[in-house]
Amino acid sequence: MREVAIVAAGMTRFGELWGASLRDLFVEAAQQTVESAGADRVDAIYVGNMSAGQFVGQEHLGPLMADHLGMAGVPCIRVESACASGGVALRTAFLEVASGASDLVLAAGVEKMTDGADVTEVLATASDQETEVYHGATFPALYAMIARAHMLSHGTTEEDLAWVSVKNHHHGALNERAQFRREVTTDQVLGSALVSEPLRLLHCSPVSDGAAAVLLCPLDQAAQYTKTPVAIRGAAMATAAMALADRRDISFLDAVALSGAKAYEMAGIGPEQLDLAEVHDCFSIAEICCIEALGLAPPGQGRHCARTGETGLGGRIPVNTSGGLKSKGHPVGATGVAQVVELFEQLTGAAGARQVPDAEFGLAQNMGGTGASSVVHILQAV
Amino acid sequence: MPSPRYWREIPSRYRLEASRCGECGRVSYPPRHICPACRGANLETMDLSHEGRVVTWTVVHVPPTDFLMQAPYALAVVETPEGARMMVQVVDCDPEALEAGMPVALEFRLIRREGRGGILCYGHKAVPAYPIGDAEEAEMQAGEMEVAHA
Amino acid sequence: MAGIAGYGAFIPRRRITTEEIARQWGKDPGTIQRGLLLQEKSVPGFDEDTITISVAAGRSALARSGVSPSRVGALYIGSESHPYAVKPSGTVVAEALGIGPDVHVADFEFACKAGTEAMFVALALVESKRVDYALAIGADTSQGAPDDALEFSASAGGAAYLFGRDDPLAEVVEAVSYTTDTPDFWRREGEFYPRHGGRFTGEPAYFKHVTAATSRILEKTGLEPGDFRFAVFHMPNGKFPLSVGKALGFTRQQIEPGWIVPTMGNTYSGSSPTGLAAVLDLADPDDLILITSFGSGAGSDSFVLRATGLLPQRRGLAPSVRSMLDGQHRYVTYGEYAKYREKIIVND
Repeated sequence: MREVAIVAAGMTRFGELWGASLRDLFVEAAQQTVESAGADRVDAIYVGNMSAGQFVGQEHLGPLMADHLGMAGVPCIRVESACASGGVALRTAFLEVASGASDLVLAAGVEKMTDGADVTEVLATASDQETEVYHGATFPALYAMIARAHMLSHGTTEEDLAWVSVKNHHHGALNERAQFRREVTTDQVLGSALVSEPLRLLHCSPVSDGAAAVLLCPLDQAAQYTKTPVAIRGAAMATAAMALADRRDISFLDAVALSGAKAYEMAGIGPEQLDLAEVHDCFSIAEICCIEALGLAPPGQGRHCARTGETGLGGRIPVNTSGGLKSKGHPVGATGVAQVVELFEQLTGAAGARQVPDAEFGLAQNMGGTGASSVVHILQAV
Repeated sequence: MPSPRYWREIPSRYRLEASRCGECGRVSYPPRHICPACRGANLETMDLSHEGRVVTWTVVHVPPTDFLMQAPYALAVVETPEGARMMVQVVDCDPEALEAGMPVALEFRLIRREGRGGILCYGHKAVPAYPIGDAEEAEMQAGEMEVAHA
Repeated sequence: MAGIAGYGAFIPRRRITTEEIARQWGKDPGTIQRGLLLQEKSVPGFDEDTITISVAAGRSALARSGVSPSRVGALYIGSESHPYAVKPSGTVVAEALGIGPDVHVADFEFACKAGTEAMFVALALVESKRVDYALAIGADTSQGAPDDALEFSASAGGAAYLFGRDDPLAEVVEAVSYTTDTPDFWRREGEFYPRHGGRFTGEPAYFKHVTAATSRILEKTGLEPGDFRFAVFHMPNGKFPLSVGKALGFTRQQIEPGWIVPTMGNTYSGSSPTGLAAVLDLADPDDLILITSFGSGAGSDSFVLRATGLLPQRRGLAPSVRSMLDGQHRYVTYGEYAKYREKIIVND
């Protein structure tokens, strides 16, 4: 397989973007990306999107997005893996370039969540309809059960969870495109309304609109588009049992560990060589579970990392310098690509106030539902 | 929920019908065609006991629309003596009193209604096998429960 | 002789006191309690209905009988709060209990005596040898209109009886039914709450039919009130069963064990069937038991039963009525009660 580079990245602001439709969001992010590379037409497009059908009644996104980007004719496929749709779209784009099938591929993600659909119900379709949702499970409820299992096994506390939100808001405050640009305190988090015990409002990522995109080409053609390409060294996806009741260990995310291990192997590095990571903190507990599964903290010890500053800017392994899903926002299908936009900016020295100095290796981990699917990319500055 | 989708699940929802793998013995609920542990395709159906223990739980404060009137309610993963796990609500108890390993009985309950005119969907919910904090009462009821399943 | 091969009951675990309801409507709780002889009643949760109560009671009945569900050839559910207006409760209960598909299923309605109706027919099917075992269940989650006398008593619960010919726990000595057209209490199609004729529900309705059916069965069997250990009557409130029992010549000691209405309320089709289950929990071999139901509209079914030696051996296999009445339960406020009983209008 050929070596693949990211040569451009772009995204919209994330938030409640009342004035923007799904088409508007996609075009803004995609056009920004394509323009900054000086490209006019691409060979293929992959767009990650969880649920345009349920949120805005629109399926068949592929041709619609290509059409509105002014590229009707270009093959364009909508990729779905719940909240991992963006990451999986990127991996699919990577494979298209790596295989030699195409030379210039756009990987995008978009979600429009605020047009009036019942968000709780739509998001719940990412979990087991017959055995979990049937009984009244919501997304927060399922992650709350994962949190409880983690608390029972490792002594994790609600305050440990709060520190993750505090850290990510601190980072998000430095990101002009973040949905929430204000700091929060542990008191505020612990005093926020209960959603599903033990998770409170400020442990949960918000409902957001937004889109993000990156442009891929073979590494040896990157110079045509940018002076600062970033190589994709690892791209791996794994699945796990869908229902919590079918999992080996409810407090451990097997799909994350598996996709992480495969990505590390492909990239030829270990977790110690990472300079930063964007992980899927849909709920605070998710960040703790993900850093454990990715080997960034020993199992059971992930709960300390936000409080001690290990995963903050300036710490041992900065996690979610973008603000994470919590503070930056979580337009479901866009998230996986937005994580990679952050890595691209960090690895090209363009992250401004959020810059991790001399960042060489970055990891993005994006998962779907309660972790039944997970996709990991490892990027390297070149 | 459309009728055919509901109707197909009746054996597993009404009678806790599960499947046991003829190769490795793993019990799956609801029944499967392929064993998730060993990929065996030789599975036989069986009914689970109406009891179990709580593995993990939460109390839902922000419910889906269909469950609005029931909130807050406890939701748990419960494991039966056969080793099968399922997600069920835990009712007729103080949601704050749930504990890991707590014994529960599984009772037949109405799970959801499809609006004003749609079908009624049934299944099982967990109730504590004995009241928390009342040791004598607990022993008596636990004794009754064991006998009931003799 | 045909009889009861297994029995079971179920009472939901929530309660509301007469006092709490009285307070809501500005009535004096003491007056209500003394007038109706009611303290509290059971309240079904949002997830409980005639079907779920029937399944719970049915499971207990099957457990006590030791009979495999596949041998049950008929299943009848009597209720005035069947969850569907059209679609039987019985089919859901049958599938849940593992009964069928070779089974005759029907839903019965006759106000509060639909349960004993089901029992009357189940017994006859077994006696005629059309089926080997027949399960009859009386269960209700009926409504009482706000600020109406019935709101203090209308409660939820039920009992199940498996009839068979071999080795019953209690033999059925005799069964009679007495029926006239008497419009004392009714609910038109589409109405949410029932209506009633006030004092007309007393003498011309309840007392007339309970007395007539009981007198007829005593005459038919040649038995006298003194021959019985227990007497169970339909319990629309605390007072009526005590009055009619006394007028018929039964003592307080005979009536009290089955007189569970003060803390359970009136479970309508489950009323006398649950009272019967309460006395079966206590009866010794050879004890004679009388049960007379009443259903508005109106009619009464009366049965004479004789407990056998098998009863004490089997009754421990399922929870007793007393354990459900006195065991774990939680008191609700009127607001919670209104929520569970869907008296609060919500958006669709």
